Amino acid sequence: MVALVIAEHDNASLKASTLHTVTAAAQCGGDVHVLVAGSNAGAAATAAAAIAGVSKVIVADAAYFADGLAENVAEQVLAIAGSYSHILAPATAYGKNILPRVAAKLDVAQISEITKVDSPDTFERPIYAGNAIATVQSTDKVKVITVRSTGFDAAAATGGSAATETVAAVADSGKSSFVGREVAKSDRPELTAAKVIVSGGRGMGSGEAFKILEPLADKLGAAMGASRAAVDAGYVPNDWQVGQTGKIVAPNLYIAVGISGAIQHLAGMKDSKTIVAINKDPEAPIFSVADYGIVGDLFELVPQLVAELG
Amino acid sequence: MKVLVPVKRVVDYNVKVRVKSDNTGVDIANVKMSMNPFDEIAVEEATRLKEAGKVTEVVAVSAGVSQCQETLRTAMAIGADRGILVETATELEPLGVAKLLKALADKEQPQLIILGKQAIDDDSNQTGQMLAALLGWPQATFASKVVLEDGKVTVTREVDGGLETLALTLPAIVTTDLRLNEPRYVTLPNIMKAKKKPLDVTKPEDLGVDVTPRLKTLKVAEPAKRSAGITVPDVATLVAKLRTEAKVI
Repeated sequence: MVALVIAEHDNASLKASTLHTVTAAAQCGGDVHVLVAGSNAGAAATAAAAIAGVSKVIVADAAYFADGLAENVAEQVLAIAGSYSHILAPATAYGKNILPRVAAKLDVAQISEITKVDSPDTFERPIYAGNAIATVQSTDKVKVITVRSTGFDAAAATGGSAATETVAAVADSGKSSFVGREVAKSDRPELTAAKVIVSGGRGMGSGEAFKILEPLADKLGAAMGASRAAVDAGYVPNDWQVGQTGKIVAPNLYIAVGISGAIQHLAGMKDSKTIVAINKDPEAPIFSVADYGIVGDLFELVPQLVAELG
Repeated sequence: MKVLVPVKRVVDYNVKVRVKSDNTGVDIANVKMSMNPFDEIAVEEATRLKEAGKVTEVVAVSAGVSQCQETLRTAMAIGADRGILVETATELEPLGVAKLLKALADKEQPQLIILGKQAIDDDSNQTGQMLAALLGWPQATFASKVVLEDGKVTVTREVDGGLETLALTLPAIVTTDLRLNEPRYVTLPNIMKAKKKPLDVTKPEDLGVDVTPRLKTLKVAEPAKRSAGITVPDVATLVAKLRTEAKVI
């Protein structure tokens, strides 16, 4: 049994999601290989070879792999899929885009967003926005799986010394092309990788009011997030959204400010280690999941908190 | 140019689902059912393309039990011209649905298929990508903007950390994200009109598709409950607790 992990990377480095996926792959019971399909992705391949527990890195290098187009990467996976018992990718925008194409061509079901490996053919995954956990068994020969990062620890990024093999790149599909990218610029950590997150909700009242959260995020080295209500109200950009339809996060500390705690939001953050809620409504559902709650006016409490942190 | 829009009947997004006590699934008896919200966005987008004169026909498709006809009527009330139901009592998985849709696409020959990025019941996020692979078409998932012109479609996608734009040759697959559009309210006159629009019913066997499930659901359980913590009286107590009890700062 050998599992293949599709590495998520930007050619220069691996995304953390790859490390979590390697852990899930190792739990499937056999050796772990990693595919790096990229353009001038030598640095990403070197990083993959250093991951503890990886026995082989397969590199496919071509200019048309630069931007991770699903058509091309999926074809490359299929070209080497032959002997693998498991094919895994992170359940991120990258992995979700590519892997169902692989499953369909192999004529197998995909098991999406697993949070636990029970046995090599049985997995747990959340359904209904995390309101239920399904245990599913695959009857297919190959298990094609996307992995929710918050369900698995990151594999150690160093300590491994995998062999690297270069394979011929498949041809460019020619049917899709990359036009451009607008990356949200920020000095703060990425939401899904942050140890601490400070999130604001509709209770903030305006986009301007989110400024009050900045000193708090600065003090804690935190990423900033928001509820869907705050995003829909136009207070902050879409990519700040934490929740079932936004980002699923599980930081060490999640501070929810002016967030009532709709089901959709809770689904995205309830696996956080410690949750703090600041809200003026003592009946707000957020308090039912918070470890520590303070009832009061956020515009008084947040500056006090910043001062107290010193 | 014809657009196909697959729609799924799911538990309404406002319903808090309950896990059955025998852990075989969630209880959907007597629960309000609606069109999957991402599919509603797909129907709206196709309708807007038609209203803009870029598309001539919008065909809504659903697969599942006969009540899915109601979902198709909703799609037609938003603006779809006709509906096709692939009727089956079998519990469908994304791979099976993708195969049914491929068979219909071969027959209908659309230039564009717009789907919701995922259904809010099984949260799979697979069908559009699988269909694209089976048809050998390019795809743009998680769309927040779709521009259709000159034999190609340019799509802005919501990806981790920002936006990405792709250009696809036609025919192509697009899956919708939340911010692509805001679906219109369905008006009574349009609901009445939708009742008169054609709706064909077919079966997986008629399309030559085997939809036997590949996954066995062994158990459906409640997620681990998170117990409510404590209310602290002031910020000083909070910081002290975070430092000494939770040890997270």
